[in-house]
Amino acid sequence: MSEVPTDLRYTSSHEWVRLEEDGTVTIGITDHAQDALGDLVFIELPEVGADMAQGDACCVVESVKAASDIYMPITGEVLDTNQALVDEPEIINNSAYDDGWIFKVQPDDVDDIEQLMDASSYEAELEDE
Amino acid sequence: MNPVENPMSQKTCLYDNHIQHGGKIVDFAGWQMPINYGSQVEEHHQVRTDAGMFDVSHMTVIDLQGNSVKSFLQYLLANDVDKLKSEGKALYSAMLNTDGGVIDDLIVYYMNDEWFRMVVNAATRDKDLAWINQQAAAFEVSVTERPELAMIAVQGPNAREKAISVLPTDVAQAAGELKRFVGAASGEWFIARTGYTGEDGFEIMLPESAATDLWEALSAAGVKPIGLGARDTLRLEAGMNLYGTDMDETTSPLISNLGWTIAWEPATRDFIGRDKITAEKAEGVKQKLVGLVLQDKGVLRGHMKVVCAAGEGETTSGSFSPSLKQSIALARVPADIGECCEVEIRGKLLNAKVVKPVFFREGKSCL
Repeated sequence: MSEVPTDLRYTSSHEWVRLEEDGTVTIGITDHAQDALGDLVFIELPEVGADMAQGDACCVVESVKAASDIYMPITGEVLDTNQALVDEPEIINNSAYDDGWIFKVQPDDVDDIEQLMDASSYEAELEDE
Repeated sequence: MNPVENPMSQKTCLYDNHIQHGGKIVDFAGWQMPINYGSQVEEHHQVRTDAGMFDVSHMTVIDLQGNSVKSFLQYLLANDVDKLKSEGKALYSAMLNTDGGVIDDLIVYYMNDEWFRMVVNAATRDKDLAWINQQAAAFEVSVTERPELAMIAVQGPNAREKAISVLPTDVAQAAGELKRFVGAASGEWFIARTGYTGEDGFEIMLPESAATDLWEALSAAGVKPIGLGARDTLRLEAGMNLYGTDMDETTSPLISNLGWTIAWEPATRDFIGRDKITAEKAEGVKQKLVGLVLQDKGVLRGHMKVVCAAGEGETTSGSFSPSLKQSIALARVPADIGECCEVEIRGKLLNAKVVKPVFFREGKSCL
């Protein structure tokens, strides 16, 4: 089974969200998502400074098989993107929750993160798929 | 992200082996087949650098037998089976409809004067059999599907050596002598030096009862199982068409990079679709299937819009090329396209180079 760390929040479109100590959030795709997509070969990162609403398609990852949108899990401004992924998108395959982080956001309302699924709810959803 | 469950889908006799080897199963043309066994890219490189094996038992094997089988196939196929002069020789051909569109592409083997064997696509099985039977009615030919045969393709620079090391003695002996694009029967087995990857190797038809043992023996000899995902990137790099995406019943072979498979001589040979493609050729063929190599970052996929000075076209299949480390595609474009074009990806026009539709074969780039 895929790895689902307990300290993160999750969306049903398979993004993970980590609340950092400074109130920003880091976002990536889950181990389940990278496994389902297969070997990643391309990523189109969001623009730093862009304001986006929860649910917006904000970037694209492509595996050998197919392209897949990544959706904004939380409304806010994009602060930073993981440039290492531009040349080595496969980092996501190898380290979905750590080196494979995709972008950082300053959320409009940090409490929105409480609305996202916790690890046990996400695991339950994976089992239903 | 999960495969569509299809309760009607069939399993090949190697299904349990796929599960044991960690195969991720998807529905393909009504068959439960492995898309990969972990990493599609690693499997791709395994075939380019060493040896891999594919379960292609879902493909349709059809035996055509009878006194007039040769004249039947000379009518049915755009290529001419008269080119097949020695037993076991293989021929690649399109099977056209009366409009000159491609019903399917296939390999036909000359077994003997009264017996030819065809291998057609799994996805087109029903319509192919219906068409072949309909056309065969006017000839003294029996049409027999051979679903009890399994088929394993072993491909890669070390594929032949590794396969020969585990084949039954008599099959191994026949296999060792095969020239390219030739097959040989050995009892119920038929082994041919053909494939769909751009690498050397064999396609082995054998009784289902022997397939599991051969699969595991190949595995023990270091031939790794390869899924349909890598099969697609390998064939795309080799510039081999995939039926249903690069060509179909609405496209003539002349705009599908299959002109080389049409036997125009002798002019007296009447084959289905000949009048239509002859007229198309006389008028001047307006499109062609080319290769594209993306110059910007991104991934080409099938059915993206192509823009060039001469007009518009469309990619027919595309992917990231694991061997070239950049994205490639086949595309149907205006015949007078220049050396470069643009492809629309998510609303942006990206630059692509136009090349001959073959990218990578036998361990070497063709660019």
